[in-house]
Amino acid sequence: MDDIREKLRNAKLLPVGEAAVLVSFDTKIDPVVHQAVRAFAACLEQHPFKGMTEYVEAFTGVTVFYDPAKICGEGLLQPDPEQAYSYQAVVRYLQKLLSGIEIAAQDEPRCVRIPVCYGGAYGPDLEAVAEYHGMTAQEVIHLHAGGAYLVYMIGFAPGFPYVGGLPACIATPRRKSPRLAIPKGSVGIAGSQTGVYPLETPGGWQLIGRTPLALFRPEDQENPSLLRAGDRLEFYEITQQEYEAMENEGSVPRP
Amino acid sequence: MINVIRPGSFTTIQDSGRWGYQAWGLPISGAMDPYAYAAANLLAGNQKGAAVLEMTQEGGMFHFDESAFAAIAGADMQAVIDDRKLPNWSSFIIPAGAVLRFGRALKGRRAYFAVQGGIASVPVMGSRSTYTAAGIGGLEGRALLTGDSLSIGDAAACRQPPYSMPEKWVPGYRSPWELSMVLGPQTGYFSEAEQQKFFRNGYIVSDMAGRMDYELAGPPLVVSEHESVSEASGWGAVEISEGGHPFIVTPDHGTTRGFSKIGYIIQADFYKIAQAAPGDKIEFIAVCNAEAVKRFRGQHEIFKALAMLLRPEKHSI
Repeated sequence: MDDIREKLRNAKLLPVGEAAVLVSFDTKIDPVVHQAVRAFAACLEQHPFKGMTEYVEAFTGVTVFYDPAKICGEGLLQPDPEQAYSYQAVVRYLQKLLSGIEIAAQDEPRCVRIPVCYGGAYGPDLEAVAEYHGMTAQEVIHLHAGGAYLVYMIGFAPGFPYVGGLPACIATPRRKSPRLAIPKGSVGIAGSQTGVYPLETPGGWQLIGRTPLALFRPEDQENPSLLRAGDRLEFYEITQQEYEAMENEGSVPRP
Repeated sequence: MINVIRPGSFTTIQDSGRWGYQAWGLPISGAMDPYAYAAANLLAGNQKGAAVLEMTQEGGMFHFDESAFAAIAGADMQAVIDDRKLPNWSSFIIPAGAVLRFGRALKGRRAYFAVQGGIASVPVMGSRSTYTAAGIGGLEGRALLTGDSLSIGDAAACRQPPYSMPEKWVPGYRSPWELSMVLGPQTGYFSEAEQQKFFRNGYIVSDMAGRMDYELAGPPLVVSEHESVSEASGWGAVEISEGGHPFIVTPDHGTTRGFSKIGYIIQADFYKIAQAAPGDKIEFIAVCNAEAVKRFRGQHEIFKALAMLLRPEKHSI
């Protein structure tokens, strides 16, 4: 708790363009830094300011977006009349917020279980990953499905999780030649990251399997992403028959 | 209904953007040229945020079942209605049965067509903006195709006479484009010499210039400190790729990326990015944050003044 407080106390506020502020807690990816990010985001959610449009949590900080045309002379933020300048007003507000954060007992993080059909047509690089580490494919599956993962942030593409916790012994460099189209739901490894592609995109990840779960759900306006920052993640192995059955059901249960 | 006879090279439905979902990985999307977009909607008598057509490089050809009041702004695509030439940055009446035809962009790259009532596609997460990478918004999440039909929303009761935007508020579109930017937390990742190179040399807009980002051609930059962890990226950020080439981030960007950012183009200059065509020259200059806000508010003042000219009765008290 104290180390989280220290991160919050030492936050740096930095302008990114004239319509956003980066609240930075560190420069390194770390679970304590992640807790500070979560605590600050929760506080912002409770205490947004007028003119704030949204915020984005990342590995080491939170970027707060605002509309500079709406800050001037309204609501909580009274900018310095000599400057007519919204950045200072936003920074003053955020600093006040940072100094008063009560770190509530954190809610038990959600745990989301992701079914994966490993190998075969769904995981065309599984054998290559196994070979790279001098293991069998089954050992790679066992290690991948046995990991305890944390969703640090959502970004890059709709519903794409940045996941930490891949066992170091199966970390694998990206493919030398990226694929032009990686199917939606593909589960892959890239360096020390593992993750799931929510959309069909080009990419260089090593594909070890595929999930029938939809990570991006545009029809759900409240929660368009299956995962959110702070979730715990588990992968578990399913057979191809189970994969097809889940896919045909269309309505895979939510966590 | 508006019937698409010919869609043009890349025409999408856009509005003021899908705000509030970046934390879920959804970019803002929306009109790439916020200035021409807002002007077209004002001229057409629309509320802020109404959905319009954004046409890129070459415009389309549209048949109208019903009469409509509409406006165009942005790149000059030589609009013609039943063989009558229409002035740009103006509103006009479209008679039922008429055909509206656009050609290639003579000046600029993106043109906005606003119809009174707005394009009535189904909103997704609060916005009608098309985001093609995820296949959402607009019409089936894609660019328009021949044979598509677009519904027009209920028009506001007020009817304005056709009107042309005063010349002083019509931006000039010409290369070289001077883009003002504010420096950011990572500017120091580039040595003084590299920064000087960036600001002194011009860059050329490459063919890879779309709604996700613009790749620029020119002298590559060396990043001296390179341990960027992925963080929020945003419209207008100027990122330097591993190969040292600048990318300007545009509205369909990935919400977080890991490249070093040398700075951020100011919002008041976003319209220039949208209107810069491949082959155009770009020059960057640094301004302070307060100047950026001043110029952004300046554009808001123009829209307030334009609204006053168009609908004085609403603003007279």
